[in-house]
Amino acid sequence: MNWVNDVIQGILLGGYYGIIACGLALMFGVMRIINLAHGDIAVLGAFLMYLLLQHWSVSPFIALLPVLPTMILFGYVLQRLVLQRSLRAGILTPLLATFGLSIVIQNALEQSFGPDVQSLGGQAGSLVTAAWRINSQISISALGGLTFGAAVAVYAALQLYLSRTPSGRQMRASAEDPDTAELVGINSRAVYARATAIAIGIATLGGLALALRSTFSSYSGPDQLIFAFEAVVIGGLGSSLWGALLGGIVLGVAQTIGSQINPEWSVLSGHIVFLLVLISPRGGLLTLRSGRRAPASLPQAGT
Amino acid sequence: MSFLELEDLTLRHGLLEAVHGVSLELGEGEVLALVGANGAGKTTLLRGLAGAHRPAAGRILLDGRDITRMPAYKRVHIGIALVPEGRRLFANLTVEENLRVAACNPGRGHWTLERVLEAFPMLGPLRRQRAATLSGGEQQATAIGRALMTNPRLLLLDEVSLGLAPIAIEAVYASLKAVLAEGTTVLLVDQDFTRAAAIAHRVVCMLEGRFVLEGKGSELTREQITEAYFGLGRTVETTA
Repeated sequence: MNWVNDVIQGILLGGYYGIIACGLALMFGVMRIINLAHGDIAVLGAFLMYLLLQHWSVSPFIALLPVLPTMILFGYVLQRLVLQRSLRAGILTPLLATFGLSIVIQNALEQSFGPDVQSLGGQAGSLVTAAWRINSQISISALGGLTFGAAVAVYAALQLYLSRTPSGRQMRASAEDPDTAELVGINSRAVYARATAIAIGIATLGGLALALRSTFSSYSGPDQLIFAFEAVVIGGLGSSLWGALLGGIVLGVAQTIGSQINPEWSVLSGHIVFLLVLISPRGGLLTLRSGRRAPASLPQAGT
Repeated sequence: MSFLELEDLTLRHGLLEAVHGVSLELGEGEVLALVGANGAGKTTLLRGLAGAHRPAAGRILLDGRDITRMPAYKRVHIGIALVPEGRRLFANLTVEENLRVAACNPGRGHWTLERVLEAFPMLGPLRRQRAATLSGGEQQATAIGRALMTNPRLLLLDEVSLGLAPIAIEAVYASLKAVLAEGTTVLLVDQDFTRAAAIAHRVVCMLEGRFVLEGKGSELTREQITEAYFGLGRTVETTA
């Protein structure tokens, strides 16, 4: 029975990983940018909410309302001013640019907020402690359930956006072949800026989830990035939208089961699963299922 | 004032000059066929007109307006659409999505999803299929349809019949007739000279980046075209 609980807790944890992986997968899928500052951006969002809560005693969810649009705007400007320029110089330059951005954000946060560990859990009231007790061994925390629900909602909303709206169709077209997209009247730069804005908005949600369920400091970003990156790779590297959520769930389950065997093995067992997927001949869960298909966003060769 | 004007347009691929200072005037509603051997610079010229290739020198004027430096997506909005060589469909989008994603300028022309599907009846049953699963002829029809969805005033067609079965070429050209009936200005590149000349008002032959022969499709003899196409007369001159 304990195992069942572990798996359930792992799935809920996977919801959190799914949220932080989502923006990373979107940016990789649309622009082939691996955003090494993704975790730091999530932490930046958490600190902005922390800053607001220093002055107003409101719920962190209220603090999200002004922070989310601010971060979305930040993403848009970041793409237009920094990443778009770096994209022109090949695939390696955006990697270096985001690596630099990561260092800038970490140091700026430490300058502004100091090295202390923070959490927004205290301001969230009973949400953090509440739980639904299923039976004597299984209980679902309200926060875990809410995070998982939010993850599913984020992925479903993104799926609807990409498949049903003209703007989403433009994003898929640009992801596949930016040159041809321009030839049918799509401004690829504007599409890219939209993609980064969305990715960073979702990262901010991840920052809130992190701040509520755990603690964060100026240097928490890279850890979040690693988990997000592992989730994306386990899910099949942007070959499918839901892959990153599935990858997050696999990672979460691996970590909770690992920690049940030995508390020190929690993070390690997640890494081991990641490495196993990485060295497996197909690589990635969803690529395994749908056969060896090229990532959806790669330009088709020979056309 | 002519509809489209090229003034000494030069296009380069790095050090290689693919198009050497060509000039051309095209009236509204005119259909021009561009013929020439591989490497003559036809595709580069078309990509230069569409904005996918930045000219090294010269000017492009549409309605007298200089659009030489205008990015490709903005040229689509003022009415230039290219059907690129090799179709270049969005393989993971369905046929309908490929068409819809190009929908812009709804006020100008009357091409809508319904009209395009009417003009290319073979696409109707394929609407929900991924473009990657289509045959060559179906892909070409989708690519032309996609360009029409932008309601172009100038349609650039690159190698429409390349790699297609004769029956597919037949179908594509039959549908093209419906497009021509709308009075759209067309610049057409095709290896199939007879077919291209049949629907064109004027034929221009390109050789090594220059226009070497120009005339009405019906007036040019096969010998003239062959000579210009392979540069036979010119070779004699230069070696002599």
